[in-house]
Amino acid sequence: MSATLKPYLTAVRHTLTAAMCLDNFSSQVVERHNKPEVEVRSSKELVLTPVVISRNEKEKVLIETSVNSVRISISVKQADEIEKILCKKFMRFMMMRAENFIVLRRKPIEGYDISFLITNFHTEQMYKHKLVDFVIHFMEEIDKEISEMKLAVNARARIVSEEVINRRKIQIVQLLNDPELPQLKTGKIAL
Amino acid sequence: MTEQHRFGNTVNPITCHAWNKDRTQIAISPNNQEVQIYQRSGLDWKLLDTLNQHDLRVMGIDWAPNTNRIDSKWKPTLVLLRINRAATCVKWSPDENKFAVGSGARLISVCYFESENDWWVSKHIKKPIRSTVTSLDWHPNNVLLAAGSTDFKVRIFSAYIKDIEKTPEPTPWGTKMPLGQLMAEFVNSNAGGGWVHNVSFSPDGNKVCWVSHDSSINLADATKGNAVCKLRTEFLPFLSCTWITNRSIVAAGHSCIPIIYEINENSQLFFVAKLDTSKRKKPRVCLP
Repeated sequence: MSATLKPYLTAVRHTLTAAMCLDNFSSQVVERHNKPEVEVRSSKELVLTPVVISRNEKEKVLIETSVNSVRISISVKQADEIEKILCKKFMRFMMMRAENFIVLRRKPIEGYDISFLITNFHTEQMYKHKLVDFVIHFMEEIDKEISEMKLAVNARARIVSEEVINRRKIQIVQLLNDPELPQLKTGKIAL
Repeated sequence: MTEQHRFGNTVNPITCHAWNKDRTQIAISPNNQEVQIYQRSGLDWKLLDTLNQHDLRVMGIDWAPNTNRIDSKWKPTLVLLRINRAATCVKWSPDENKFAVGSGARLISVCYFESENDWWVSKHIKKPIRSTVTSLDWHPNNVLLAAGSTDFKVRIFSAYIKDIEKTPEPTPWGTKMPLGQLMAEFVNSNAGGGWVHNVSFSPDGNKVCWVSHDSSINLADATKGNAVCKLRTEFLPFLSCTWITNRSIVAAGHSCIPIIYEINENSQLFFVAKLDTSKRKKPRVCLP
């Protein structure tokens, strides 16, 4: 683990532990409704000041808390074009399956790659410290996952290009052994 | 000494509970629209009754110790609350002739029994509540009512119902008490912030204690000119507080551990001890 990753994750962990003190809270506006206040924003006094924790320009976490829900948005490191594409595709893959992840939001907040929405119903069904662990584990794994995929893409590209070049070589050798080679030399058959 | 009880095979969180007078029966709500009543038999608890007349989930239960009435009634009696938002908390008055319901409609309903129609009617306290009422507590004189709300304030109201009560004695909180009179108002924090989670009157009725979302425990003393003492703690926010004597308070909340606080002569709070010192992780604690 690099020198800046550990304090970054520790800060996120402590902030999440403090932010995930959620209560059941029915809507003040609509009768019989119970919606996450961080999404509906019906009253500004029910939403706390959002916190941004950033490791560097690109890697940061936005934590928005309200009385009955907390929204965590993560921005992942994207060094080059391949990482950008991989990150976009991977997040899309997960968010299309958001209901399997329970706490995942279907769309990220603008400026971030992926968002989680944790409500009081989640903290009632699941252990709070495990939920915090899940988010931290996700942040640890996502960098690893993307760099592994990048390596895999590069390796695959190398194999493919080698394969293409080998095929070409064989073709050239076959052509050189061809009895119609003089025609080739006169330019009647193109390579 | 901690006792651990298990009720049925429920795995749901218990959102609220209330004991009867001698603690042989308990009413709990397993995070849905039901209220289950358990009777103690030796070490076990037997399911006595299930009240499922509610259609949304139960937010608060209170058991009137002497007359055996639960708020979410045993024999369903009609209660006219006249509110159009979720009710959040309920408390019987010490004399058990009325009860107060706090709600998301920014008001408190004080309900009392009208025998000629055989139902409970309510009177509203509206001003100046600006947000959902999260907690209520009655003064021992059966008239004053403390209310905490999500607009970061604690207020003391008079809930005097002239039809059923005689004029109350003056208290340190004030002398004139028509219904809905605001006796005192405390801002939780000068910097703003901190939803009030629970309020509680001391047994002598002169002090009021509240806990809020900025992890603080607060005390206001009416005999000392409503001076407020605020103690910020290093724990996660408390959800409830209860007086055990005139000088000590138990508070518990998101840190999953009940903690005792005491008050010195100058009405200053200080930390005494943690009560449950086991190392296991536990779900959050809600005191009665």
